[in-house]
Amino acid sequence: MPREGLEVENLHLWRGEHHVLRGVGFALPRGGCLHVTGPNGAGKTSLLRAACGLLYPESGRLLWDGRDVHEDLPTFHSVLMYIGHEAPLKADLSARENLRYWIGTRRRIGRDTLGAALQRVGATAWSERPARTLSAGQRRRVALAALSLLLVPLWLLDEPTTNLDAEGQQLVGTLIEEHLARGGLVLAATHHELPLPRSRVQRLELTHE
Amino acid sequence: MSDTRTAAPDAASVLEAARLVLERDLTLALRRRGQLVQPLAFFVIVTTLFPLAISPELARLREVAAGVLWVAALLASLLALEFLFRDDAYDGTLEQYALSGQPLTGLMFAKTAAHWLLTGLPLALMAPLAALSLGAPPDAVPGIVASVAVGTIALSLIGSIGAALTLGLRRSGVLLALLTLPLSLPVLIFGARASELAIHGEPYVAPLELLAALAVLGITLAPLASAAAVRISLE
Repeated sequence: MPREGLEVENLHLWRGEHHVLRGVGFALPRGGCLHVTGPNGAGKTSLLRAACGLLYPESGRLLWDGRDVHEDLPTFHSVLMYIGHEAPLKADLSARENLRYWIGTRRRIGRDTLGAALQRVGATAWSERPARTLSAGQRRRVALAALSLLLVPLWLLDEPTTNLDAEGQQLVGTLIEEHLARGGLVLAATHHELPLPRSRVQRLELTHE
Repeated sequence: MSDTRTAAPDAASVLEAARLVLERDLTLALRRRGQLVQPLAFFVIVTTLFPLAISPELARLREVAAGVLWVAALLASLLALEFLFRDDAYDGTLEQYALSGQPLTGLMFAKTAAHWLLTGLPLALMAPLAALSLGAPPDAVPGIVASVAVGTIALSLIGSIGAALTLGLRRSGVLLALLTLPLSLPVLIFGARASELAIHGEPYVAPLELLAALAVLGITLAPLASAAAVRISLE
């Protein structure tokens, strides 16, 4: 029986002349949360992008439930959600429309489900406003709504708490805890602390050398 | 408790995803009409410059009408091409498409279809106006509309490859033209030929069929190529 979850073995990644990831490895079981830390430029984002198959590492293996993900990337992509440090929102669409078009390419969602997700992140009051008029924190909240709408096992979050107020950060913690409780996996890269009990979180420290 | 082991049972099919991508691009374009009108205005201005520059004699204009029409249409469709993927690349939308688990080829096809609906189709509808002002007889209108409509399908598809390949570059406009124009030559040749035959009242079906063949070839191959180019640009 292959191991369940995400396994990364001895990942080496070069960006041009720069050796970004030097032999990174970890195993993330179901219900596990890995907090990737490190100074700016240590390769946190690169690790996340390599872990979702956007970047092709020079060597090393990436396994999902014991199978190499590069053998079947579309299937791997259908179990993961990656949110970069900027939420992919269109300035001319409202928060609600943005969510509908973003999540709708992956999952059928009804108006009510969408409304409930927007309410959950406190977006009801401004969900019809064009994204152009939203603050950075509000845009983040739309991304959190997207996360809660798509019930995929693996979440890859780049700086999930940036720009959020205290209540918003707590919301990130709650969403992650609920996700872990239903057997989900979270890989979060941030140099802030995650709003979670320390016992729930594995840490991986990336350095320049 | 929801099962997180497999993809959701209410997963969207690729057709649903492609429909949403198409709808999204059309909605966005209608909210930002300036970008929509630019290629059309360019097309109209270029074709009305020729009577001023050559001669107001309709008989002389009629001789060059097909060529003028097609060069203007080609350049106008090129003008809109730069925006095809650029905004989506900047704001991370392409990244989400690539990670959606849906075949990227299908989504790229939907984006290209939206591009044609927003540039090629309006150009085809404007073409009779330009043709008539260049001295083409009214009988030629169906042939001209058909050739521009079918030809711009091929142009949008060829252009989508160039637009995807130049995604990583900052000033991609000129390079995009250099990449796309040589590949567009067959479309220009057959399109101008079909329009010319239509203007002279001769049967124009043969070049039109060749245009259609180019469009079909584009439909089968171009989305594959642009999807591959987009994936590379995300790396």
